[in-house]
Amino acid sequence: MKLDVNGRAHEVDADPATPLLYVLREDLKLNGAKFGCGLGQCGACTVLADGEAIFSCITPISVVQGRRITTLEGLGTAEKPGPMQRAFIELQAAQCGYCIPGMMMRAQALLEHKPAASEAEIRAALQPNLCRCGTHMRIVRAAVRAGELMRGKS
Amino acid sequence: MISGVALLTALAIVTGFSGCASRGAIAPGAQPQSFPRGQVAKGAELAHLGNCLGCHTAVDGKPYAGGTPIKTPFGTIYGTNITPDADTGIGRWSLEAFTRALREGVDRDGRHLYPAFPYDHFTKVTDEDIAALYAFLMTREPVRQENRTNRVPIPRAFVGVWKSRYFTPGVYQPDSSRSAEWNRGAYLVQGLGHCGACHTPRNKLGAEEKDAAFAGGEVERWHAPALNAASPSPVPWTVEALQQYLRHGIADLHAMSAGPMQEVTHDLSNVADDALRAMATYIVSLDTRSDAERRQHAAAALERAGKMRAMQGNTIYDGACADCHNRGRAEEGGALELPLGTALTVPTPRNLAYIIRDGIVPPEGERGSWMPAFAGMLTNEQLTDLLIYLRALSGQSAWPDVAREVRNISRGDQ
Repeated sequence: MKLDVNGRAHEVDADPATPLLYVLREDLKLNGAKFGCGLGQCGACTVLADGEAIFSCITPISVVQGRRITTLEGLGTAEKPGPMQRAFIELQAAQCGYCIPGMMMRAQALLEHKPAASEAEIRAALQPNLCRCGTHMRIVRAAVRAGELMRGKS
Repeated sequence: MISGVALLTALAIVTGFSGCASRGAIAPGAQPQSFPRGQVAKGAELAHLGNCLGCHTAVDGKPYAGGTPIKTPFGTIYGTNITPDADTGIGRWSLEAFTRALREGVDRDGRHLYPAFPYDHFTKVTDEDIAALYAFLMTREPVRQENRTNRVPIPRAFVGVWKSRYFTPGVYQPDSSRSAEWNRGAYLVQGLGHCGACHTPRNKLGAEEKDAAFAGGEVERWHAPALNAASPSPVPWTVEALQQYLRHGIADLHAMSAGPMQEVTHDLSNVADDALRAMATYIVSLDTRSDAERRQHAAAALERAGKMRAMQGNTIYDGACADCHNRGRAEEGGALELPLGTALTVPTPRNLAYIIRDGIVPPEGERGSWMPAFAGMLTNEQLTDLLIYLRALSGQSAWPDVAREVRNISRGDQ
């Protein structure tokens, strides 16, 4: 199986039905995406396929062969964080942090299509992603801020 | 093959060699020659149409310099050097000698040519086309390369016997009851294209069985499928599909060309569309089955293809759906076994497509039953395969044109 993750081509030796999340974490050592429920219900595993947010825990690798996969690691590095990451750092929008990679990726999917998305649109888009700590207000503010950074506001 | 030799010997005795003698030599032609560019270009196209390279160019050899082994049931014959080299090629051949080779199967020295050179077809080619081929070959780069010695235990004299029995010289005669396009196709297919050389069965003496024309033959241990009403093509050929195949070596509902046919379609990619369309018109007319019968064959084959696609859907189901849906409602996190689902049984795939795409989500802030959305994960093709597979689980007959419904839905048709 050939996978394109964060702009790099990977050859993966795995059953075609293997969830993408397992391959990302175990074979490619990209641990940004988290295992939450394994049923596509919590969103902690969210990554992008050709810019669309998907639950990587219920996505068999066979269906994303040849598509452009982006994980949290693809948005920037600790030394050089991308706008989404800078916004979450700036607003300290994490409690335990387990849901945050999924939140960031789903917000990223929306803002890539629509950088000027309103707070209401961001709330609606983030519906599938759960946070048990109750950090929702900060998460939404961080996503709004990320939109500003993407549009070039300082 | 010994039995073939024995048969030929018997034939020679019975016919008493009458009319089988070799012919006289033709004097060398003038050299060098020049030809109008248009004629050379036409000859180039005809050379592709006749797949001359196939036998007259060895692997890694110079074009048209020969040396290709052609394995026949009677032994191995080597394609000859047909570049204009004076000593080893056909540089000394006049147009008259060249024409006689194609039309009568005799070389410049007057010796019979083995019928591995398909003059039983080339005899149908017009003087004009032969002259164009000649112009093309005589303007190639001369290559000095000796011809290899054939390994055939049959003397050339026997070929004369064979010809008296199986070979009828003569240019193609149009059938006035058919269209001009059909006649052009028949001329190209029966003549220079020599399609029957592979697609018609041969008798023990290697002659095409004229009453079984295009009924399928053997070549290089491959089977060349029937082109007539016995065509085994799962979806019967149409003129459009066959034209596309001859041009590109591939057609939407048919296999890619393979084996000995591969180089044929590769050569035909250099032939103009009108010629290919004419050939396709003629070949498709050989399939004399009724339209109704042809349609029935096509429908049955397409249904089998649909089942195949359902297997693709099965793979997606195993990866994306089975974790929940194979467990049933009784288990925590489990979901309905899908053969019990109503969306699979309704007359349209739309309900199921919407559920898979958008999931089932309770109103904002409310509790409720829930299924994740698969939008973005599945391409239109993958969703189509999955829908076809799930429909098959319902025990109902297949939905018509699922792919088109999915395309409509993805275009924002709510």
